[in-house]
Amino acid sequence: MKKNEELTKVNHEKGSFVKPREKWGLEKETDNFANKVKLYRQGKLSDDDFRRFRLQHGAYGSRLRPDYSMIRIKIPSGEITPEQLEKIANLSEAFSIGSAHVSTRQNIQLHWVQLEDVSEVMRGLVEVGLTTREACGNTVRNVMCSHFAGVCPDEVFDATPYSTAIAKFLLRNPMSQNLPRKFKINFGCCNKHGLVRIADIGLVPDLKDGKKGFRIYLGGGLGAASFIGHLLEDFTFEEQLLSTCMATIRLFDRLGNRDNMARNRMRYLVNEIGWEKFQKMVLKERNIVEMTISEFTKNLYQVHFNNSYVPINKSTKFNKLPIVETNISTISNGYDRWLHTNVVPQKQEGYFTIFITLGAGDITANQLRSLASLIRKFSSESIARNTPQQNFAIRYIYANDLPDVYKKLMAIGLANPGALTITSAVGCSGTTSCNLAITNSHRLAKEVQRTLLELGFDVDNDLRNSTIKISGCPNSCGQHEIATIGFFGGAARIENSMAPVYTMLFGGNGYEDGKLGKAIMRVPAKRVIEVIQKIVELYKTEKSSSETLDMWIDRIINSNGSGNIKNIDDIKTLLTPVTQLPPFEEGQEFYQDYGNDIKFVAKTARGECAA
Amino acid sequence: MCGLINLKNKKAQGELKYDIQAKSKNINVKSSILKQQNQKETNNTKTQFKAKGTIDKLPIVCDVETLRALIRKKAVRVVDVRRIEDYKKGHIPTAVSLPLANLLSNDSPEQIVKLLENLGIYDEMPVVVYDDTFGALAARVAWTFQYVGHENTSLLEMTYTNWKNLGLEIENRINKFPETPHSLKLNQSIYADATYVESIQNNPDKVLVDSRERLNFLSEHIPSAKNIPYTMLGNDNHILRSVDELKRFVENRGISQDSEAITYCGSVGTLSGLAFYALKLAGIKNVKLYSKSFKDWKSLGKPKIEFKDANYWDLSAE
Repeated sequence: MKKNEELTKVNHEKGSFVKPREKWGLEKETDNFANKVKLYRQGKLSDDDFRRFRLQHGAYGSRLRPDYSMIRIKIPSGEITPEQLEKIANLSEAFSIGSAHVSTRQNIQLHWVQLEDVSEVMRGLVEVGLTTREACGNTVRNVMCSHFAGVCPDEVFDATPYSTAIAKFLLRNPMSQNLPRKFKINFGCCNKHGLVRIADIGLVPDLKDGKKGFRIYLGGGLGAASFIGHLLEDFTFEEQLLSTCMATIRLFDRLGNRDNMARNRMRYLVNEIGWEKFQKMVLKERNIVEMTISEFTKNLYQVHFNNSYVPINKSTKFNKLPIVETNISTISNGYDRWLHTNVVPQKQEGYFTIFITLGAGDITANQLRSLASLIRKFSSESIARNTPQQNFAIRYIYANDLPDVYKKLMAIGLANPGALTITSAVGCSGTTSCNLAITNSHRLAKEVQRTLLELGFDVDNDLRNSTIKISGCPNSCGQHEIATIGFFGGAARIENSMAPVYTMLFGGNGYEDGKLGKAIMRVPAKRVIEVIQKIVELYKTEKSSSETLDMWIDRIINSNGSGNIKNIDDIKTLLTPVTQLPPFEEGQEFYQDYGNDIKFVAKTARGECAA
Repeated sequence: MCGLINLKNKKAQGELKYDIQAKSKNINVKSSILKQQNQKETNNTKTQFKAKGTIDKLPIVCDVETLRALIRKKAVRVVDVRRIEDYKKGHIPTAVSLPLANLLSNDSPEQIVKLLENLGIYDEMPVVVYDDTFGALAARVAWTFQYVGHENTSLLEMTYTNWKNLGLEIENRINKFPETPHSLKLNQSIYADATYVESIQNNPDKVLVDSRERLNFLSEHIPSAKNIPYTMLGNDNHILRSVDELKRFVENRGISQDSEAITYCGSVGTLSGLAFYALKLAGIKNVKLYSKSFKDWKSLGKPKIEFKDANYWDLSAE
């Protein structure tokens, strides 16, 4: 068990504390997978049976090519070690495309892996404690935890150990192997972070009379039809966390729709039954679970910190961050710009969390390796967390080290500013690999990011809190419905030609008081960037003094605007000139999607989430 | 020869020194793993030595200890295929320089035999080839030697950088050996051209292997080709992975050891040269190299498979 020791004894120079590492992967599952692929190739397993098995083990079919897989690596609570990053780098080079992709749910995906090599990738992942088990299919997916958990100045306690314990309890648990549909659990830290309202179960840490517990939201989720989760009760004591989760999953398992693939997420069940009735059912089911749960089962769920793990509350090298609050501009030097848009102070005095800006979540193998050594050298907890904004957060960095960190990031092309601003656009994988995608949302997100950084939108404090999120179809993997300005892909037919277009939504957010964006209008793919610029231009002329873009947009969708733009219709009228699709003869490029020089055709195949 | 004296000293210092010489802790770990694997492979090599009598018949891949022993016995010609500037800065003791570009500039069989003769390589002489390009250049040279009839050619298990990082002997003198005659016996069984590749289409017993990277393969490839990217074949310490791993990769793909495999890559047969040896190591006896590869195939206007329904290039962070 040499590997095990290496995982716990991480060699980092700042060496303050290292949490115990879970071993999620199982070697026998890799052999099993390899054997099943052989049986399938020999025709001894049906397409449907194999697909179910494959998805249960985290391998998703690639766009129009079922012989290639997207391997989804679960990063429970988003915590990833340098060794794991290095392993993913090597596996990506050997078996994938030399880049890895950070998803919007704290997974890391390797795309275009030949089906025959999937077991080899799994084997490598098991060596560093990772798994792809139940990353796809009708299972409990990766359990997320806010990347700020443990360092967020506004949290009451660190939810990470709870998130990890729940993930551990449910992984390979018989109760979550054959659900009506996938099931998502998100833990937050405060009322801002963690996307708690768009999960089947969302949890925010809370205190009552000095006792730990959670505010638990049920039945949220994004998709073709989206819902915001409902608060189960004012406060759920930590002792009831497991039974509440079990009760919810059991109810869903028993009552969820197993026939209609398009309506079998738990949010539809909640909607059909009605929240009040569903709420009563959950509380009743929880009583039953608590009465019938055995000590043995309870013991499988353990929330505890290892004794050797004592989080640091204050840096020994305490140093205030030089700027952060200062206004900067595009002519400021690169370091200041990065500091302003990628670095935040932690609740632990003297420590900072830095964000690595990726383009729609993509990172090369070499960058992953360099990031791993940077984490070892500079992070006192010696891990990174991946974020739903498709970036990495590296925490517990001393202020004194920030210039060095920046220099190192510069050297590997990872020092782009704007991680915490509107420029860090989210984009699902779109037509780069997904069967369901209609448009190349992935490339569009990268183009948006590049252009907005060039325009200096990252240094504009008015835009800082706003977000742009893009999906390649209505299914919301790009989380477009919780963006200030969201887009989802579609196709428009003009006479005999098809054009890639996006439906634009306004005013969504993923906070605890979250709400879904409102569909405004359709925008040709090649006009999306222009439209974003136009919106900002209109905002700048119309806003009231200290109003940020997201606040202004909120006012408009509530028909509470002023001046020339009072409501949605007003802004639609003003945006119409920049959303026109010219006739084919006058603008052929509008009939091509990003990344293609051929005429656009909407091509999709069966989605696999639902298999 | 000063090189050999150095070697003797190293030998006297023994295995322990070998570790102490390694510069960092990291390399230390690697070298101990290496030693275990060497041990295994050396055992195999020894059996082969016995079988062949006085002349050492080399395995497909030559491990470090075997090469060092052969160098001590002066019973090997080591061929460095890096650029001449790199060779001059330092190389494995007794190595001669043959940059790949020189070989490719005129690779008619007669010319290759001439090169062998100039390097002082006689018919049965053990030859070990190395590079610093994950083995791909060395593989192309080794294949060429075997194609013109120099069967007893082997690839060094690691790159020059690996060798150097382990703290093994290097020298920087320019080695020259007396010219020797070498015969020409073309080994057509390891050679494939476009016509041959075309003729095997749809033959279930013959497998065409494209060793370019995944995205290049997806963009376009020869019909019926299977993709085994060169990036799969080696690891940090070895130009080729262990036999077990390579066997598993091939078995996973449903390629039988009895089938015939033809490898190709983008243009000059380097990446596919490495794949050629990987497949041989995996136990496939009949392997051929389409040395002119996809560039030749395209210039001849032969059919190809393209996949344009996905924008996979946009997933790359390069």
